[in-house]
Amino acid sequence: MRAIYIMWLRQLKRYYRSKARIVGSIGQPLLFLVALGFGFGPTFEKAGQGSYIQFLTPGIIVMSILFTALFSGIEIIWDRQFGFLKETLVAPVSRFEIVIGKTLGGATVAVFQGIIVMFAAMIIGFSPVSLGMVPFAIFFMFLIAILFAALGTAIASLLDDMQGFQLIMNFLVMPIFFLSGAIFPLEDTPEFIQVIASINPLSYGVDALRGTLTGITLYGYSTDLLVLGVLTAVVWAIGSYLFSRIQV
Amino acid sequence: MNIIEAKNLTKKYNSLVAVDNVSFSVKKGEIFAFLGPNGAGKSTTIKMLTTVLRPTSGSMEINGFDPEKDAHEARKSFGIVFQDSSLDDRLTAYENLKYHGVLYGVPRDLLKKRIKEMLDFVDLWDRRKDIVKKFSGGMKRRLEVARGLLHHPAIFFLDEPTLGLDPQTRNYIWKYIKTLNKEKDITIFFTTHYMEEVEQHADRVAVIDHGKIVAGGSVDELKEQTSKESLEEAFIELTGRDIRDQEADGVEQMRQGMRH
Repeated sequence: MRAIYIMWLRQLKRYYRSKARIVGSIGQPLLFLVALGFGFGPTFEKAGQGSYIQFLTPGIIVMSILFTALFSGIEIIWDRQFGFLKETLVAPVSRFEIVIGKTLGGATVAVFQGIIVMFAAMIIGFSPVSLGMVPFAIFFMFLIAILFAALGTAIASLLDDMQGFQLIMNFLVMPIFFLSGAIFPLEDTPEFIQVIASINPLSYGVDALRGTLTGITLYGYSTDLLVLGVLTAVVWAIGSYLFSRIQV
Repeated sequence: MNIIEAKNLTKKYNSLVAVDNVSFSVKKGEIFAFLGPNGAGKSTTIKMLTTVLRPTSGSMEINGFDPEKDAHEARKSFGIVFQDSSLDDRLTAYENLKYHGVLYGVPRDLLKKRIKEMLDFVDLWDRRKDIVKKFSGGMKRRLEVARGLLHHPAIFFLDEPTLGLDPQTRNYIWKYIKTLNKEKDITIFFTTHYMEEVEQHADRVAVIDHGKIVAGGSVDELKEQTSKESLEEAFIELTGRDIRDQEADGVEQMRQGMRH
């Protein structure tokens, strides 16, 4: 347990000390929120869909979590290039504990950012439908964060340079984000979009967060929880396996 | 008593044989030098002994444990200073040691005491709160020595510990190593390209070339075997005059190829 804790703590310290990273990773979601929110807001309202900021905020919170959690996987490649990975690999700690520590660290940072984005959204007009539901929203944020931090770990375990990682990020992160219902309602989209969204794990994260924060859910909480829970367990196991095979 | 034992150790990358049927042993309390030109198989051998690379065939023992089958116990038995820095440069000196101590299961109260002891030992206690990024190459090396010893290992691996350091720092590092070896009976396994370090400090030497052990014994024995005056000449006699960069690249390429 102490080993998991110290690895988690390391991740938080690295995050806290890297001010540029904090500013960059909070700035981007805020830009999306402001530009899309105020840009498409009037059209969205004219179509009778209500407040777009209200609709969009859960989607942008999820975006911020997705990016941060997945990119926390980058840290493994980073650690490998700068040699620190070796220090962890020769230590008498099970590979499974290492992955848990790293994943929880990345997830914590991601959720922290998600919460900051939520507060920022409240300044420009977002309001959670019920304060009592906010803890559940944070729970779902954690689940999403762990899922994608574990996915990032799994991917990073297979790669050994930054270029490969960038490529996968661009062909994975962007489709996952855009085809998840984060920025538009899925109900009225053409069927093929709905089908793609239904096999995209992030859709269930967006749905759960939108449900807990604004009261509207498409798939229902139990489906969201089941899909996210099962996938997290599977990806975590695969990530641990791939990580355990790393040789330096 | 042998604390390190390698028998017919082999590592192949496709058709390239990086380590070829290597056997050697190191006695408890010895200072053992593992020499060879670039790309000869030194680092590959160390990686196998230290559990981060699986051999193709052969057997090993570290402090009585098999690094392959009983990695956990083997890992507790050694400390290591890698060829390239392996510190987290965003953490402070103290935090780097604390991280290490916790991973190695050093109890909380004891850990505090040991960190102080080790940082004093390498004269870095005053700099404990500084981020490692600001450290010079020599300071980083000293910190790595301190870290590698924090859990009181039986064996200390040093892969070119003095590479790129000025003579002052090199002397310092060797002073620490010798002290440890004498006072705590820690077995030292090191590689270097500085032959004078070997002549001054090593009890026994093994020379590896093209993945094979080509000679072994004390420094004097190697000189005798080759009828040379200095270890440097003996080394060149044993391993030839060709420059080996090409081969090192080859091994690296094969390693890269294996991963994809």
